[in-house]
Amino acid sequence: MLIQFFIPSKLSSSVYNEITNWAQLIYAFALIVGVFGLVKYHLGRVSRKSDGWIYNLVTVVSLFLMAFLGFAFGRKDGGAFMWIFNYFQAPMQASVFSLLAFFVASAAYRGFQARNTEAVLLLLSAVFIMFGIASVGNSIPPFAEIANWILMNPSMTARRGIFIGVGLGTIAVSLRVILGVERTYLGKE
Amino acid sequence: MDIGFIYDYLIASERLGIWIAALLTLAIYSFLYKDNPIYRFAESLLIGISVGFLLVTTFETTLMPKAFEPLAISFTGIFGSGGFGAFGSFLWLLVPVTLGLLMFTRFVPKYAWMSRVALALYIGFGAGASIPANMQSYILNQIDATIRPFLAIDSFAAAVNAAVILVGLISTLSYFYFSKAHTGIFGKAARLGTFYLMIFFGATFGYTVMARISLLIGRLTFLLRDWLGLIS
Repeated sequence: MLIQFFIPSKLSSSVYNEITNWAQLIYAFALIVGVFGLVKYHLGRVSRKSDGWIYNLVTVVSLFLMAFLGFAFGRKDGGAFMWIFNYFQAPMQASVFSLLAFFVASAAYRGFQARNTEAVLLLLSAVFIMFGIASVGNSIPPFAEIANWILMNPSMTARRGIFIGVGLGTIAVSLRVILGVERTYLGKE
Repeated sequence: MDIGFIYDYLIASERLGIWIAALLTLAIYSFLYKDNPIYRFAESLLIGISVGFLLVTTFETTLMPKAFEPLAISFTGIFGSGGFGAFGSFLWLLVPVTLGLLMFTRFVPKYAWMSRVALALYIGFGAGASIPANMQSYILNQIDATIRPFLAIDSFAAAVNAAVILVGLISTLSYFYFSKAHTGIFGKAARLGTFYLMIFFGATFGYTVMARISLLIGRLTFLLRDWLGLIS
């Protein structure tokens, strides 16, 4: 992968594409292994009649039903597979994510106390962004402009600092992996 | 088939779907009161359906076009006009498929070590690919975007903004530099970095809240308009 970046050629490019395909295939097989593990875990709880086993059964039955519909009838629009996706999965996912609005609001109420300079900055920044994005604040000129300025200047530069840190950290870990110093992913110390 | 019948069927399936979606939405929201069997049922259902969806999608978008279909084509090619070339591509395709199948040895403790071969290739790929990608997107592009505004200063406001960005980047990085004690000038720079970070966290928090509220509005609109028909 590194050679392909530093010595670009037709050969290195095709090797890169081939290895990318391999990695995607290994990922896909690993996902199936994960599904096997999930089914094994849930069926184990069902067979032992563990506490709340009926919910494990619901998970397994819905998984098998979805897999059967997908493999047997395909993923075409208007089919049973996409019908379940549209009327079961999508609304429930959106509801779970929107549920977080209540918990975030609750956390904000408890956490947003202007005790020191940092907390004041956090509070002001959040308030300006929230009002700046909402239509009510967007209609009041200073809010939208200040929110935009915060996003494009101080917020973005702090994000850049974090990104640079993340980039350096990832490169360091990658080098440790390549040089064999980091082997915890193989289950070794 | 009668067009009217198909239309009636589609309308009926849509109405049924809306009812199911509405009841499942309420089942999820019942968690706001407390953890209860209806919520746990919906949660288990969501996990099963999501995993089933992911399984089918991954199989059809990755395994079929990148492994099984090419394998079948090259295998039939061996007996057709493909000859040695088809046999070579068949063997070449078998390599990633075998590596993938090795992942299943995790279920047999005696042979579980074999799955590490595939894992090592995957991690090695990730490590090798991530170095240039991270260097480009997380480091060089960020430095470039910080310096570039200084080359296009055409007003006092642009100069102030460019300075705010440069000072912010240096101070934020100072905060994350732990090889030197945060004292003196360096300590002041690190403290300024915490101010920038707080502004960033506040902005991110505000954005997250608004995204969640937007989803909540979407769900409420669905319940009140599509399901109950109370609003137009």
